[in-house]
Amino acid sequence: MTKTLLNLAGTLVGAALMLPAQTLINGAGATFPAPMYTKWFSEYKKLHNDIQFNYQPLGSGAGIKQVTEGTVDFGASDALMTDAQISDFTAKQKTSILALPTVAGAVVPIYNVPGVTGTINFTGPMLADIFLGKITKWNDPAIMKANPSMKLPGNDIVVVHRAEASGTTFCFTDYLAKVSPDWKSKVGAPNAAPNWPTGLGAKGSDGVAGQVKQTANSIGYVELVFAEQNKIGYGAVQNKDGKYVTASLAGITAAAAGAVKTMPEDFRVSIVDSPGGATYPISTFTWLLVPQDIKDPAKKAALKGFLTWMLKDGQNMTEALSYAKLPKEVVAKEEKAIAKIK
Amino acid sequence: MSQLSARRRSVNAIMLTLTGVCTVVAVGLLFFILGYLLVEGGSSLNLDFFTKLPVAVGETGGGMANALLGSAKVLILATLIGVPIGFLAGIFLAEWATPGLAAAIRFVTDLLNGVPSIVIGIFAYTLIVLRTKQFSTWAGGVALGIMMIPIALRSTEEFLRAVPNSMREGAMALGATKSRTIFSVVVPAAIRGLISGMMLNLARVAGETAPLLFTALNNQFWSPGWNQPTATLPVQIFTFAISPYNDLHRQAWAAGFMLLFLVLLINITARSIVSRGGLKAR
Amino acid sequence: MASASTSVPEARVPSSPRASVSTRLFSGDGITLAVVFLAAATIIAITLLLVIELWINSAASREKFGFAFLATSVWDPANGEFGALPFIFGTVVTSALSLIIAVPFGLGAAIFLAELAPPKVSDTMTFLIELLAAVPSVIFGLIGIFVLLPALNTVVPFLKNHLGSMGLFSGPFYGPSILTAGVVLSVMIAPYIISVSREVLLAVPRDLREAALALGATRWETTWQVVVPYARTGIFGSVFLALARALGETMAVTMVIGNSPRIVASLLAPGYSIASVIANEFSEATGNLYTSALIELALVLFALTIVLNGAARLLISATTKRRKK
Repeated sequence: MTKTLLNLAGTLVGAALMLPAQTLINGAGATFPAPMYTKWFSEYKKLHNDIQFNYQPLGSGAGIKQVTEGTVDFGASDALMTDAQISDFTAKQKTSILALPTVAGAVVPIYNVPGVTGTINFTGPMLADIFLGKITKWNDPAIMKANPSMKLPGNDIVVVHRAEASGTTFCFTDYLAKVSPDWKSKVGAPNAAPNWPTGLGAKGSDGVAGQVKQTANSIGYVELVFAEQNKIGYGAVQNKDGKYVTASLAGITAAAAGAVKTMPEDFRVSIVDSPGGATYPISTFTWLLVPQDIKDPAKKAALKGFLTWMLKDGQNMTEALSYAKLPKEVVAKEEKAIAKIK
Repeated sequence: MSQLSARRRSVNAIMLTLTGVCTVVAVGLLFFILGYLLVEGGSSLNLDFFTKLPVAVGETGGGMANALLGSAKVLILATLIGVPIGFLAGIFLAEWATPGLAAAIRFVTDLLNGVPSIVIGIFAYTLIVLRTKQFSTWAGGVALGIMMIPIALRSTEEFLRAVPNSMREGAMALGATKSRTIFSVVVPAAIRGLISGMMLNLARVAGETAPLLFTALNNQFWSPGWNQPTATLPVQIFTFAISPYNDLHRQAWAAGFMLLFLVLLINITARSIVSRGGLKAR
Repeated sequence: MASASTSVPEARVPSSPRASVSTRLFSGDGITLAVVFLAAATIIAITLLLVIELWINSAASREKFGFAFLATSVWDPANGEFGALPFIFGTVVTSALSLIIAVPFGLGAAIFLAELAPPKVSDTMTFLIELLAAVPSVIFGLIGIFVLLPALNTVVPFLKNHLGSMGLFSGPFYGPSILTAGVVLSVMIAPYIISVSREVLLAVPRDLREAALALGATRWETTWQVVVPYARTGIFGSVFLALARALGETMAVTMVIGNSPRIVASLLAPGYSIASVIANEFSEATGNLYTSALIELALVLFALTIVLNGAARLLISATTKRRKK
């Protein structure tokens, strides 16, 4: 028995090790850009068979934590790292953390209302009140007012939010805090893991999408591509200029373009609730969190190689998944930042 | 013979029937679960499932080849860790330990057995992943191995004790040392029970998900060697099940069916090798 | 009377010059004893290490909150406020609910298998029911999401109409909830109750049954008024065992409980269990306090399951030992 087991073990170990000498890089973080990143990494593997990037979408919070602990080589987050998190990273890893933007995307309010097939219009304060638990029924006067031609049932709204710390949540609460003083006072500043007043928690953007898809009368918030790929209805949101805009490449690009002039050196900027007639208000960049000092030369070369590729060829793949490209100025700035990785 | 009142007779009949109904429902649940998985996932158990890697989030197709290999690797490691420790300690308990010491060791082992699997996962994370700064297959193997120890110990002790003393005395009378006796006489006599226990143990950890979440993590690609994160079957089922993609649901059903089928197959084989009852040892 | 370990004196092989080194070496009891003792010691070391790690890594949270941790109901990682109450509530209520469903049902099946079914039928059916215990948790979760949730969606409005006034079934039903988790758990723990209760019922001496029947009791009356009370301790043991299993269940519960750290007095509301919050939030807990709060939760869960498991074994062995007298 032992002999058979050992033989089997040997074979499997051999099989597992027979791949060519590889550079293996592990990353974890946001679910927001997961469709894009997993696509990029599988394309990159086709181009460079000896370099393998394994990306696990665990949520922005997990991305920040694991790259801080050093258990992954890079993180990913759409939530801006807090000062406390940044100093925690510097203390643990003895180097600085670079937040490099990759794409811009949109957070859309998805819903599953029986009998409703069109696009529901949401104003900012309305969304805040729904997620605060103040608006509880789909035929609430506020919702009816923004959607005069729609027949909305009198069912209870089921709120679905993220169970774990999420960059998508950060972006969404950023928006809610900006448009609703009520939200700001009750729940507080933009936060990856706020104290939700109501609702169900689901794991990951795909978890929220899955939950909304399965639960009648529910509302949630996910990145645009999840709604599109799963044919889940999503609403139009009123932007700063008062127009109802559904998320689209044009809307996200407009939001991103507006941030170019104010983009700081460390790329930490919020493009939520940007002005402009065509701007989609709940847009955000998403960042790869890369340590500035990487000890392993193979990993360092691989990461720099990937990042350079991402800024050129990778950017041409974003629109197929409804993510907006980075503005040219940001790309230029980022190429300089990548050179800083030692 | 006294006359039973109609009321007592009907209560008797009703309650006894109800107990039968409970039993039938309990047995039926097993077949329901198995059947449902077969119907939902059976057709997706195609060649792709066994040979392809998962595709990028949102695309359709792909398979679970890396998860199958990953699970195999993790389980082999778990067995290599958990079974020897439990087996040898079981020999100690059955052949050498004084009653007090044996009771103490059994108590501690029961303590370990009662630890929820998620807590074992946290333990392996802080012990291995944080210190090696790496999510890895072997961290997952260690976590599952720790879970295998208590049952390996219990079943080894139980089956060794069941071997009659006359066999030991006979061997000793022929001049064998104690260790010779154990390994050449007692263990072979108990071998069926020991193998059966090992198989049940393996089947139990094969389906564990929680300890792997923070140790082996997951991987879209093949995981070479033992020091990288790897996809495993239960984690993949979990991830796919909570996603919104219908194609992933389909694959989750297929994987679920396969996992359940294997687990049940191992269980049935193990129990037919030796017929012993009870779940108390768990 | 045989003692716990074989008390045959260790025989010594007279060392013969012709016996090979390896034979002499490995037939030496010293080495074997050392190895097996080491194995046993390793187990103790691992368990001790586990407890120590849990204790040390929860220090920050324990020092900051003290026992108030168990009574606070706010879980706000962003502001550094952590309280275990919502999770203790969720864990306890889902487990209690699962027992309320599984115990009558399981005991009924155990009675049938121990008292009524012919031995072969009883053995086969018990075998099949024990296979149910081997089904992995994630598969129960899979069935929970795609089969139980839609089923409950049709059943709950009916329940609400008839029992809504009780308060337990008040409020809106979204699907994932304490009720759903409780039902899934009940299916998972039923095999333990059935299997162990059946064994303790079988351990009840025949004479008791025969005496009752001779006095004119019906089969049911004998079972319910004589056999079951006699085996009562063991049955409680099986309940504790099942409860310990329910408390630590992670995957199936996470998939259907709703992941909402709020205490609501309705079974239809979403909830959160200790194991679920650890599974969802552990990999992202930034900051020492957050991580140590989660580990303190793990410690609480660990303590609960230890106590229950210990009590269970005591009760079960008490009943089965009685028969041997």
